[in-house]
Amino acid sequence: MLNYFANPRRFMKLSGILTPWMAGATLILAGAGLYLGLFASPADYQQGETVRIMYVHVPAAWMALFCYTGLAISAAVGLIWKHPVADVAARASAPIGACFTFLALFTGALWGKPMWGTWWVWDARLTSMLVLFFLYLGYMALNSAFDDPQRGTKASAILAMVGFVNVPIIKFSVDWWNTLHQPASILRMDGPTIHPDMLWPLFLMIGAATAYYLWVLMLRMRRELTEGRVRARRQIQAEEAGA
Amino acid sequence: MDAISKFLEMGGYAGYVWPSYLAVFGLLGVLLWLSRRGLKAAETDLAQLEGPDGKATRRQASPAADGAPDT
Repeated sequence: MLNYFANPRRFMKLSGILTPWMAGATLILAGAGLYLGLFASPADYQQGETVRIMYVHVPAAWMALFCYTGLAISAAVGLIWKHPVADVAARASAPIGACFTFLALFTGALWGKPMWGTWWVWDARLTSMLVLFFLYLGYMALNSAFDDPQRGTKASAILAMVGFVNVPIIKFSVDWWNTLHQPASILRMDGPTIHPDMLWPLFLMIGAATAYYLWVLMLRMRRELTEGRVRARRQIQAEEAGA
Repeated sequence: MDAISKFLEMGGYAGYVWPSYLAVFGLLGVLLWLSRRGLKAAETDLAQLEGPDGKATRRQASPAADGAPDT
């Protein structure tokens, strides 16, 4: 199974079919989510209109964790099974995840100021999200820090796998420690505590963010694989010219 | 008109709500644009290098870049 998808040519063919579908899904889900979130859903009885920040903050925070999970799995598959497409997927995931993490922190600050009275507090949830942001930056820096790309790939893959320990820490930080951040309100044993009028636009925006991630991931992977072919072609031409 | 103003005011929290949306759609838009531009540039480079007989040359030229053989 892994060997089947290890072939970049098969990936290029499959992603060529899927990319426009992901683009369409992103636009449709985001359009529906924005309409319901900004126009059709009510203001919160305590937080007023600031609750509308939730429709971009929560998807960004979820995707920050989702992208890192994808990155860590891809890095592990690349490291253990030498899967060439997995390494490309890990590298392509990193900037997308870093953007989502930055946006989760930024929109969280904009939501925190009117509701908590502060832009930032060094509590467990916020600090562990900041650590995640630095893990993304560290992965990207380490990946490109070596003259030999293979060494960079290996070193950054180990960092990605070690850094994965931060993902459950972020998820359960609101349960394990006292924090200003609210506890889980969607993924709970007793079901979501959010009214369906707010839950539906939230799910649509999470769906849009997931489709966006897959869309941009495939664009970036196609780019790297195409650049690999360009380098190989140039090398052949240089060898032919030198012969 | 009042309804539009009221909507844009966001109950007095416009300074927090709209910058959030602007940041999200702005940054994700830029990332998408850069990713698409990079892919287009790579595809253009490849098309120029391969020329009209690119397909036959490509298979011979870049087995490493193309990864594992079809199995």
